[in-house]
Amino acid sequence: MRVRATPFKSPATDTRTGRSPLGQFVLYVVLIALALLTLFPFYWMFVLATHTQSTIFSAPPPMWFSEFLQRNYEALIGRLPFLRNIWNSFYIAVMATITTMFFASLAGFAFAMYEFRFKRVLFGTLIASLMIPPLLGIIPYYLIIQYLGWLNTPRALWVPAMASAFGIFLMRQYIASSMPRDLLDAGRIDGASEFRIYWSIAVPIIRPGLATLGMLTFIGQWNNFLGPLVVLNQRDSYTIPVALRTLQGQIQTDWGAIMTGTALAVLPLLIIFIFASRQVIEGLVAGSVKG
Amino acid sequence: MARTTTSAPKLPLSTRFDKFQRRAAPYLFVSPFFILFAVFGLFPIVFSMYLSFQVWNPIQGLGTMRYVGWENYVWLFDDPWFWRSITNTLWIAFASGIPQHIVAIPLAFALARGIQSFRHPLTAAYFLPYITSAVAISLVFSTIFGTQFGALNQALIYLANAPWSAWLFGGLAEHLPVNWLGRAPYIKPAIAILVWWQFFGFNVVLYAAGLATIPKDYYEAAEIDGASGRQSFFYITLPLLRPMIFFAVTLTIIGNLQLFDQPFILTGGTGGTGQAGMTVAMYLYRTGFEWLEMGTAAAISWLLFLLIGTLTVIHFYFFGRSGLETRD
Repeated sequence: MRVRATPFKSPATDTRTGRSPLGQFVLYVVLIALALLTLFPFYWMFVLATHTQSTIFSAPPPMWFSEFLQRNYEALIGRLPFLRNIWNSFYIAVMATITTMFFASLAGFAFAMYEFRFKRVLFGTLIASLMIPPLLGIIPYYLIIQYLGWLNTPRALWVPAMASAFGIFLMRQYIASSMPRDLLDAGRIDGASEFRIYWSIAVPIIRPGLATLGMLTFIGQWNNFLGPLVVLNQRDSYTIPVALRTLQGQIQTDWGAIMTGTALAVLPLLIIFIFASRQVIEGLVAGSVKG
Repeated sequence: MARTTTSAPKLPLSTRFDKFQRRAAPYLFVSPFFILFAVFGLFPIVFSMYLSFQVWNPIQGLGTMRYVGWENYVWLFDDPWFWRSITNTLWIAFASGIPQHIVAIPLAFALARGIQSFRHPLTAAYFLPYITSAVAISLVFSTIFGTQFGALNQALIYLANAPWSAWLFGGLAEHLPVNWLGRAPYIKPAIAILVWWQFFGFNVVLYAAGLATIPKDYYEAAEIDGASGRQSFFYITLPLLRPMIFFAVTLTIIGNLQLFDQPFILTGGTGGTGQAGMTVAMYLYRTGFEWLEMGTAAAISWLLFLLIGTLTVIHFYFFGRSGLETRD
């Protein structure tokens, strides 16, 4: 005879884990303390963005906002073409995102929906390409970009990122689990071409998956550092991370200005994350776990 | 009826096109990736292998490339900076990697089994550093690690002197304030702290996904048998989580051995005092793009690849599938 746990949980003691209220309380304190530890640097970054050099370097360190955000921002755009740098980051990330959403879902559609010769070999190659450390090709990557005459252009960064193996894999999984293959035949009977079936039938179905892929691609490109560091070496072509890095090397490092810059670099990510943290987390886990 | 060309049953052009587009579609759809991969993925790997046997300064043009055999590799084996970058990388990889998993596994368990509410907000908080720009975060940590006014030293000084915590932290007082980023012995720990902070949340999420695959019945059955939360953790969660642990540790090995952004920013691009914070990835970058020794840099990238491969294979050998079955 099977004994089932009572469906009614009493709030006083959680029978599931046999924890006392005190134990629960302690556990919450530990978990919340750790969360504050992870969030503190973000908070402090925003605080320091509103302070000047003299209050940043004082003891105890500033823990609340001050009024020098404007001054820091002006210092930042005085030292760098920072608006241009923000635009570069944005342009590269958006171009990579749009193209990746298209090409990755198209290839994911093919791998999920069709049987064709060499499918296994091709998919195996795709998965194997995920295992290659990006550093291995960094020197030739620079040489190719130089050969193409793309140094200091956004193309150098978004063109190679147009179709990521990670994205194709993510889309394949998503399409295989959300779109019945019968829809292919239904579309063909209606006389639609294969591309038409992808565009008019598959894309509307996989919109949530596409949105996740889009966010992940945007975040990855926005944060990319080594790639831009290698192929961008004029101030006007810098992306935000490369621009911030140059501030650091200056003799009189203006930390208020730097923190204003980092806050601007982190802000779009925070906004995405506040609205779509579940999708971002689930997408990244699905892409890495099943790979 | 003599026709010069004969084609078997003559189908209407539209039907033939339809057949063609149906057969070609999957190949066309996957082709963009493979074209890009050939140009920006496969070719660079092959070319970096070729380049690692050449001496070449890119400023002087392609024509000046000169075949030197194994010279780049031999040179690296005698190069103290190369070995220092290897030991630095391994030190940081282990010092940040192992605590990531030691914290993440119980944390994921606590989130999944120990509490009833705020699961998602807490998970999201732990995860947030993973998706933020490593450069931005490293710059923030540069101020946190500041000697005189950094938040970390201020917190440690407080803990060392406050009455309630002095018994535990009082011993630190004589070492404070720590010059985290200026003195060689502290640079690697500082980098490891940052890397731990940035990536433990990602592992929490991975382990949470792993825990979700463990059937609830197992825990219920254990409970009926009178098992405590701790016993469920050690006798149900840990053994069943092993495949996920294997996977997450593999990701940590691959990622940690390629660390670049964090040490680069924390040491201002130099590697720090005595190159104490210079990782292999940084050494590779500096060799190629500061000292313009492209051949040597390509050789470093292949040696790094071999190191990653070797450690992954060792990890697989001891903890991979075969290891999973024979243990316990």
